[in-house]
Formats: sequence, C-alpha cells, structure tokens
Amino acid sequence: MVEPLISAKNIKKYFDVGQGKLKAVDGISFDIYPGETFGLVGESGCGKSTAGRTIIRLYEPTDGQLFYNGKNIYELPHNEMQEVRRNIQMIFQDPYASLNPRMTVEEIVAEPLEIHNIYRSHKERHNKVIELLKLVGLNEEHALRFPHEFSGGQRQRIGIARALALNPKFIVCDEPISALDVSIQAQVVNLLKELQEELGLTYLFIAHDLSMVRYISDRVGVMYLGHMMEIANSEELYDNPIHPYTKALLSAIPIPDPETQRNRHRIMLEGDVPSPIDPKEGCRFADRCPYAIPKCRETTPVLEEIRPDHFAACHRAKEFVK
Amino acid sequence: MEKLLEVKDLAVSFQTFFGEVEAVRGISFHVDKKETVAIVGESGCGKSVTANSIMQLLPMPPAFYKHGQILFNGEDIVQKSEKEMQKIRGNQISMIFQDPMTSLNPTMKVGKQIVEGLIKHQNLSSQEAEKKAIEMLDLVSVPQPEKRIKQYPHEFSGGMRQRVMIALAMVSHPKLLIADEPTTALDVTVQAQILDLMKDIQDKFGTSIILITHDLGVVADMCDRVIVMYAGQLLEEGKVDEIFKNPKHPYTRKLLGSVPRLDMDRSETLYSIEGTPPDLYIPPKGCPFFDRCDQAMVVCKGHMPEREYHTDSHYSCCWLNHPMAKKAAEGSEI
Repeated sequence: MVEPLISAKNIKKYFDVGQGKLKAVDGISFDIYPGETFGLVGESGCGKSTAGRTIIRLYEPTDGQLFYNGKNIYELPHNEMQEVRRNIQMIFQDPYASLNPRMTVEEIVAEPLEIHNIYRSHKERHNKVIELLKLVGLNEEHALRFPHEFSGGQRQRIGIARALALNPKFIVCDEPISALDVSIQAQVVNLLKELQEELGLTYLFIAHDLSMVRYISDRVGVMYLGHMMEIANSEELYDNPIHPYTKALLSAIPIPDPETQRNRHRIMLEGDVPSPIDPKEGCRFADRCPYAIPKCRETTPVLEEIRPDHFAACHRAKEFVK
Repeated sequence: MEKLLEVKDLAVSFQTFFGEVEAVRGISFHVDKKETVAIVGESGCGKSVTANSIMQLLPMPPAFYKHGQILFNGEDIVQKSEKEMQKIRGNQISMIFQDPMTSLNPTMKVGKQIVEGLIKHQNLSSQEAEKKAIEMLDLVSVPQPEKRIKQYPHEFSGGMRQRVMIALAMVSHPKLLIADEPTTALDVTVQAQILDLMKDIQDKFGTSIILITHDLGVVADMCDRVIVMYAGQLLEEGKVDEIFKNPKHPYTRKLLGSVPRLDMDRSETLYSIEGTPPDLYIPPKGCPFFDRCDQAMVVCKGHMPEREYHTDSHYSCCWLNHPMAKKAAEGSEI
C-alpha cells in the first residue's frame, strides 16, 4: 500500500463577512498519492480555489489537519513551514496577473531560488534559470524580456518554470488553463503531463472545465458549496456518477459532436447555487436535488465508499447504485 | 432560404499609434432567416470586431471600415448614419454580451433598463412598458418578475443577469440577435439553462442568431452552420455536421482535436497547435495559418487560397483541397 503524499483531514476555512460566516470550505477530506493528478471540480463559488490555497497554507485554516509526508503542516512553526514550502508550489489562474510586470523573466524565475538561498553564485543561478526555461519550452533569449512581451500561453510557461525552480514534489494548479485559448490550452496541458512523467510530480488540478479534468486527472473530487460530494477514479466518475449533483454537472457539459449532443438526455438543474454564508444543516444540494427526501435536509451526509474506491456523500447513494 | 444578413468582402481596421491593425480582412458570409450561425476562432481572430461592426458599435476612429458591405434586409449598414443606426440597433438587431456583470448599468433598476428601450422604440407609455417588461422577464424565466424589476443588477446572480440581458435584447422582437460569447462567464449548469432559453426564444420569435464563441461544445449544441475564423479571415464554413464530421481545413481539424472528449482515452496526447496567431500589424500575404500548419506547402506562404466548395454549403480555403494539390501529395512540387 502506497502512503499518500498529501492527506487532508476535515479541512475547514471560514471567512468572517458582515452578514455572518462564509463557509468556503466546510470539512473536506481526501488523499493524494505520489505521482498522481487529483482533479478538483465544481462551479464558481464552490470553494475549490480556497481549498487549494488552504491546503498549502496560503490561507490559515480554520480547522483540520493536512499531512504532507506524514507531517501535519498546519502545526509547523514558520521556519519549518518554509522548508516544506520548497516542496509545495502553485501555478495560478491568470498568467497576466501572477507575474510582476516590472521584473524580467529571469528575475521572476530566479526569485524562489533567491529566497531559499539555493545557489551561491550568480552564474549557477543563471544556468539553472536557463535550464528551467528550456524545460518548459522557452529559450535563453527570453530570460531578459518582460512579461508583457509574451502571449498568454508563454506567460503560463513562465509561471510553470517558476513553480518548478525548487524541484517541488507537489504542485497546486489553480485553473492554469482557463484564461487561455483552446489551442493553447492543449499546449499547456501536454507540457504539464510531460513534466509530470519526467520529474515525477504530483498535481492537484483545480478547474471547472470538466472534460479537461477528466483528461488530465487520475482521480477526481467534485465539490459543491464547500462540501466534497463525490470522489472516484476519473473514468469511473465520468462513466458511473452516483451523486445527483455530479450527474447533473456531467450532463450539462456540451459535447463537441452535434449528433451525440442532439440525442442525449440532459438533466436541467433549477435555480442557482445558494449562498455559502451560514448555510443550513443538511445536504448542501438538497434544495436543487430532484431526489431529495426529508432526511437530506436534516443531516449532512458523509462521504461513504459506495463502490470500491468510489466515494459519494449522499443518503440515497446506495439506492442509486442498485 | 431568404437571406437576412449578408456581409460582402468586409474589412475593418484600427488606426493605432504603431500603425494599422487589420482586424478583419475581407470576409463574406450570410445569415438566413431563423437560423443560428456560429463564428468560432481564437481570441484576436476578429470575431468580436465582426459582430460589433454589424452593430456599428466600434469607436470610429480608431476603427474604420476599409471596404465591403453589410446588407441587412437589403440595406447597407456601413452607409447608415448614427441616427439611422439608432432605429436599427436594439430594434431590429440586438446584441448580448459576454460579461453580464458589466453590460448592465449598475446604477439603474433592472426594470428601468428594459423600459428604456420599449419607450424609445415602440412609443409605449411608461405603464404599458412596465407591463411589457414584466412579461419579458417572465418569458426568460426570472422568478417573481414584479419584484425583480425594482431591483438593481448586483442583486442578481450571473445566470439571472444574463437572462435579463436576453430579455433586454428581445423586447422589440429583433430579427437578428448577435450573441458575443453569451455563456463564457457562466458555469456549465447555468450555461445549459441559458442555451436552452435561447433556443426557446428563437422558436418563439423566429429570430436569427449569430453566436460568437470559442467553445466547440456550445456550437455543436446550438448551431445550424459554422464559420471558422482565423486572423481576420474565414478559413472554412459549413453545416454543423459537415464541420464536425468532415473538417477540411487543417486549422479546423486541429481546433477540434485540441478539445478533450469525454470518450477519449486518457493516454492519448491532445493535439496542440504550436506557435501563436500572426501579428495583424503585418498581416501575412498568404494563408494566415501557414507558420503553424504542419502540412504547409511553398504555395501557402505567398498566396491566399480561394474558396474550394466540397458541397453547396461547405467550403474551405486551403491549397490542400485545390485540385492541383493531389499532385503535390504524390511528391511533385508546385
């Protein structure tokens, strides 16, 4: 049995807002194994980005434990956390906003090396930067340019080079492709896959593009309003979804094939995602769920293993499987 | 089929500090009555400029029409004055924009924004207009319309705002609706609701729709015909089945291949199109896709291919489909 690299236990992150407590992430638990890609999907406002940031402690968690290589990083003091941070990096959504426009590409990519004092001499550092740029498909002459001289896809490559600078083991990719064009998306996704194979990286891949998540992830978790609704292997999740929310979400993806699109049955959800401020007890999806029973509004369902390695948080999950 | 809109050899440029940007370079297409036509392409390919030039919404200067005609019901829009345009805009041609958060006026109640157009275009009294506004909101399935018209846009969710935008666009039963990335800012489940709504509205009013998008899934769902645009030019056009089943231009094929499919094996690599679209300050003389195309030939660099018709409705602009190209495939040089 392989030990998980990342093991999240009941992570919570609440924000105090004027009207009450905004429960962005409300008790999610999952494991990520070395070398795999764990996809996290959900609609906007479901807490997937907050989850990603809380996991690497960019946000201080409200509650919960996060084990990295068996160590609970939420209890580590600042200096030890710094050590762990070397192994955990992040790629951000907006390649326009996440690169400092006043720094050259070399300065941007070298910054993590500088902070962690990896190289003594400038020469060595420079060589490392060039090596990183080559790794992500850029070249030496790009090092002296500024971010505005690059296209969206190239900027995202710079962001990836920066994340790789410290030879991390785990990278949180927070919607790394949603700001890019389709043809460029494929470039970046292929690059991420190649790097994973070459460097043995582990990814947490956060996205709302469900077909892309299926393509890149080994296992996928579906979030809704701060709760984890379902976790399974990606083929299993997309072929045999159990949770009514996952089913609705999957049936809403428009398929780029006119014939299939015309002939398939779609589950239309009524209404919008409710407010995450002081949510009611019970299943978060109950008000929009066509299968809701009174019990759903009374107690919050927990993730249960319905089929081997396929978890769902739904009171009626067992009925749906039969 | 009757043609509602016909664009003939339209070219639109922007005069900038660094020179002229040729955003749209001689495109021709038409839209029939009651049909939905999609314009697909990457950012910067000129699809939004095309839409805005049909509405005459481009700031002039810096933008200017270089040449070409836009015939709407037989009349040339390019020649119209601003005053004449005001009678057409919002009345016969309407538009929905990408971002429902910024395209509604945040300081005006939603009802008033709908009423404004009704009073202007249909000479209704304010009571009648308000009644009509409530009807419209009801039509686009906004719950409790009587209450909702007295609210401000920030009190609406993204999906609800887009419904309001659709109500706003449809108040005077336009003949043509231009939807510029109407669902890009929305979540998939909400996107499905909005697309369904647009289909209903189209059935009810018999409106033609020009849908501008980069999401090929949405195209497959909604459209009758597809136009593929790249670097200000049209590369391929055809019925939706023709484009998806039998794409003829290498760019279309690559575009379709770069989207992961739900039935795809995860070990397959995604097609990616290397490089970036050309700079439109110095537009390429030949095929604009030349430097990203792996089937490019010498002829592609210097000469833009003509339209090659595969069926009555399906054409592509690629030298590979030229009758002479067979020889090239066999090894001889052109």
